[in-house]
Amino acid sequence: MGYEPVIGLEVHVQLKTRTKVFCGCPTAFGAEPNTQVCPVCLGMPGSLPVLNRTAFEYSVKVGLALNCTVQEFTKFDRKHYYYPDLPKNIQISQYDLPISTNGFLDVEVDGTSRRIGIRRAHLEEDAGKLVHKEEKSLVDYNRTGQPLLEVVTEPDIHTPEEAYEYLSDLKAIIQYLGVSDCDMEKGTLRCDANISVRPQGTTGLGVKSELKNLNSFKAVRDGLRYEIERHIETLTSGGTIVQETRLWDDKAGKTVAMRSKEEAKDYRYFPEPDLPPFIVKKEQIAAIRATLPELPKAKRARFQKEFGLSAETAAMVTTTASTAQFAEDALKLASNKDAVVNWITGALFAESNARGKDLAELGITPKALNDLIALVQGQTISNLTAKAVLTEMIDSGKAAARIIQEKNLAQISDNTELEAQVQAVIGENPKSVADFKSGKENAVMFLVGQVMKRTRGKANPKIVQELLKRRIQDA
Amino acid sequence: MDVFRLTAHEIAEQSRKKEFTAGAVLSGLQARIAAIDGKVRAYVRKNGDVPFRDTLSHSGPLSGVPVTLKDNICTEGFNTECCSKILAGFKPPYDATVVTKLRAAGASILPLKANQDEFAFGSSTENSCFGPTHNPWDLDRVPGGSSGGSAAAVAADEAIVALGSDTGGSIRQPASFCGVVGLKPTYGRVSRYGLIAFASSLDQIGPFSKDVRDSALIMNTIAGHDPMDATSVDVPVPDYTAALTNDIKGLKIAIPKEYFVEGMDPEVKTILQEAIAKLQTLGASTGDVSLPHSKYAVPVYYILGTAEASSNLGRFDGVQYGLRAKTKKLVEMYTKTRGEGFGAEAKRRVLLGTFALSHGYYDAYYLRALKVRTLIKRDFDAVFNQFDCIVTPTAPTPAFKIGEKAENPLQMYLSDIYTINANLAGIPAISIPCGFTKKGLPVGLQIMAKPFAEETLFRAAHAYEHNTQWHTMKPAL
Repeated sequence: MGYEPVIGLEVHVQLKTRTKVFCGCPTAFGAEPNTQVCPVCLGMPGSLPVLNRTAFEYSVKVGLALNCTVQEFTKFDRKHYYYPDLPKNIQISQYDLPISTNGFLDVEVDGTSRRIGIRRAHLEEDAGKLVHKEEKSLVDYNRTGQPLLEVVTEPDIHTPEEAYEYLSDLKAIIQYLGVSDCDMEKGTLRCDANISVRPQGTTGLGVKSELKNLNSFKAVRDGLRYEIERHIETLTSGGTIVQETRLWDDKAGKTVAMRSKEEAKDYRYFPEPDLPPFIVKKEQIAAIRATLPELPKAKRARFQKEFGLSAETAAMVTTTASTAQFAEDALKLASNKDAVVNWITGALFAESNARGKDLAELGITPKALNDLIALVQGQTISNLTAKAVLTEMIDSGKAAARIIQEKNLAQISDNTELEAQVQAVIGENPKSVADFKSGKENAVMFLVGQVMKRTRGKANPKIVQELLKRRIQDA
Repeated sequence: MDVFRLTAHEIAEQSRKKEFTAGAVLSGLQARIAAIDGKVRAYVRKNGDVPFRDTLSHSGPLSGVPVTLKDNICTEGFNTECCSKILAGFKPPYDATVVTKLRAAGASILPLKANQDEFAFGSSTENSCFGPTHNPWDLDRVPGGSSGGSAAAVAADEAIVALGSDTGGSIRQPASFCGVVGLKPTYGRVSRYGLIAFASSLDQIGPFSKDVRDSALIMNTIAGHDPMDATSVDVPVPDYTAALTNDIKGLKIAIPKEYFVEGMDPEVKTILQEAIAKLQTLGASTGDVSLPHSKYAVPVYYILGTAEASSNLGRFDGVQYGLRAKTKKLVEMYTKTRGEGFGAEAKRRVLLGTFALSHGYYDAYYLRALKVRTLIKRDFDAVFNQFDCIVTPTAPTPAFKIGEKAENPLQMYLSDIYTINANLAGIPAISIPCGFTKKGLPVGLQIMAKPFAEETLFRAAHAYEHNTQWHTMKPAL
């Protein structure tokens, strides 16, 4: 009997507002512990929360981008639990009236489109961080009160690959909206997964495990693969699955049980009396909708149509909004679109990865890239030299032409200048010349290399090859 | 003339004319407190070495006026403990919005705090970790509560004016017991920022004063929208003293029949009837009305109030401030700290509220109570469609003896039976002195009006006060 996995994802996205969700403290990452706090986020007695309007707007944007219904009447609720990183022992969250409900995201896996339902997206405050030092535990409240948007899917995901694609698409959309960095390393995107399996062809739900400590999209995929196998093995060997929370151990490549859900907590949700419920008018929602940028899917389709890119290439150059903007600007200026795409997905992506910087942050303008390409096409420099020039452009911020001039990198295409070098190489390498004459075509490449060496790479290899052949045959 | 006998408007007027030397008012008041607070115990002694300072303000509507604060209103750097062991030594890092506003108006804040029931849980000020306050009219009796210290201080001339907080009657009932004026403003009229919460949807800060004019004067300063409190409402603040016209001709007063029934002290009933007759002779008309859902006020209040309290008090865990029990284990730190830090009534309310919000009970208790709260509010809306205000007794009895109800929480809860409705409905209500029992205990008259109609309360209360002498009576101390 075959089993079908059933997966649901809960993603917490930290919204990049300037200040926290219920107070005016800054949200910058990496500050000294407890330097970005005030009576409100510390939950001091008598302090009161006031909603950050931008955090609310960002949440609405995400809801709309995920095809959700944005509630016209929404409110906050208190979730109760005790933990030292939660200063009020209350988390302000949303229970029964989240900002957004009933959306979906279409993801493509192996060329097939799958629709993943979005159950809800709600706004809440983040907790602080515990730092354990020897015998002591210390609390850093800087993160306390940072705005979090929790996006919960329906149990519509059936493979780890779908989960991976969903997360990639979700991240791209949220980054396009400019409302979060979605950086798992910095914790601005966190994902928990619920996974169960059921006999193929049935519709009920099996006993689930909740997966935590998933620190990358790859970890989500690998963790799910492991869990699916564990569930199926357990069931086929006659065992039973216990509902529990399990931690993914990335190094060991397996999950371990954390706690049993049987001691499920009673969070005693009730409406937050310090924040009146609020009504979002249809016009306000429409106004926010009008500010939504073109989203990745639409952009990919347009790039294919407008610039004749393949689906694959279009996907590659639209992974982030800034890269897509760069590609679009560069393609609009381009006389050779293929060359532009190749340079972006080749050299520029490589530079971007090597430097750990966004492509748009490399300091290369779309025009500068096109200028560089024109110099290659015009045979002023070789492709190889151009790559070195590009690195120099990024390092120094200088234009390609200036670098070529300053470093004297222009190709020697002048026959009379090359003639002398060619004659010298022929004189110095009688064996290779003989080989070539006897029909070994490859021997000429060695001679070309010698000329390149003498000119320190500046000779135009095509011209050199022609001159060599002519002189050898003439001789 | 002894300065401590003066009202805030008298002091402000004379301060602006520079008729006082610096510190004269404060030292006069300090001497008065030193002389009689041993008997009354209106103040809790903390940071006793903090000197009285004169702000030397000679301008502003409250120039030179010393203001007494209840122990649950935050003052930067000065102990604010809600008369609870769990907040022992807590010095807030900030001032409550009302404190900032009072200072800006020229007032000075006394470096003492008034006694109260722990976290405002009570109607007698007996639930204080500092011990009870005594009623200045009869030291064997309670001053009411939970703001009993504030009320007693004003009644005993140990304060010129005082602020308290009112969640179910905690300003009006002690005002009634102590024979002073006490106002609970409309919910959202005064910022709660810096008021240590009991029940967030019911709490309001309000003034205690020796006369209605002072109440209006304080409201001129503390009312208004506060960007730090999302529940404060952005409604313009009128000059409340302009409502003190001594003219209530044509004022339509509703008398709810549910407020004059069994359990009511016969003396209180007689005194109230005389007061209503007085209002009629001043030109007001009265009509009988019904507030049918009022009978559910006490149970609704004790579900909603304790539910919110159980949530609000969750933060007192020993982690950041206040008491921390010595132990190495986290959960033990929580349980021991809370076990040692909270008094019996606080524990009772946390338990009740936790139960009411628990899974499986929420719908039957909390949600149902919320629905009844809406019905109660609608009762009041209907009355205010036809009447300007509602007049009732403030409390069913005069001040009771210390210890009399301490062992019977339910009896204690019933002493708020007439005041709770205004909190549930979010409407403003005032208590003013309207007579004395044969034993010489003050009785209060409660006037309620529709939301943001504090002016109506001041107009009616002032006209009554202007034509009676009750507010001028002083306890023999």
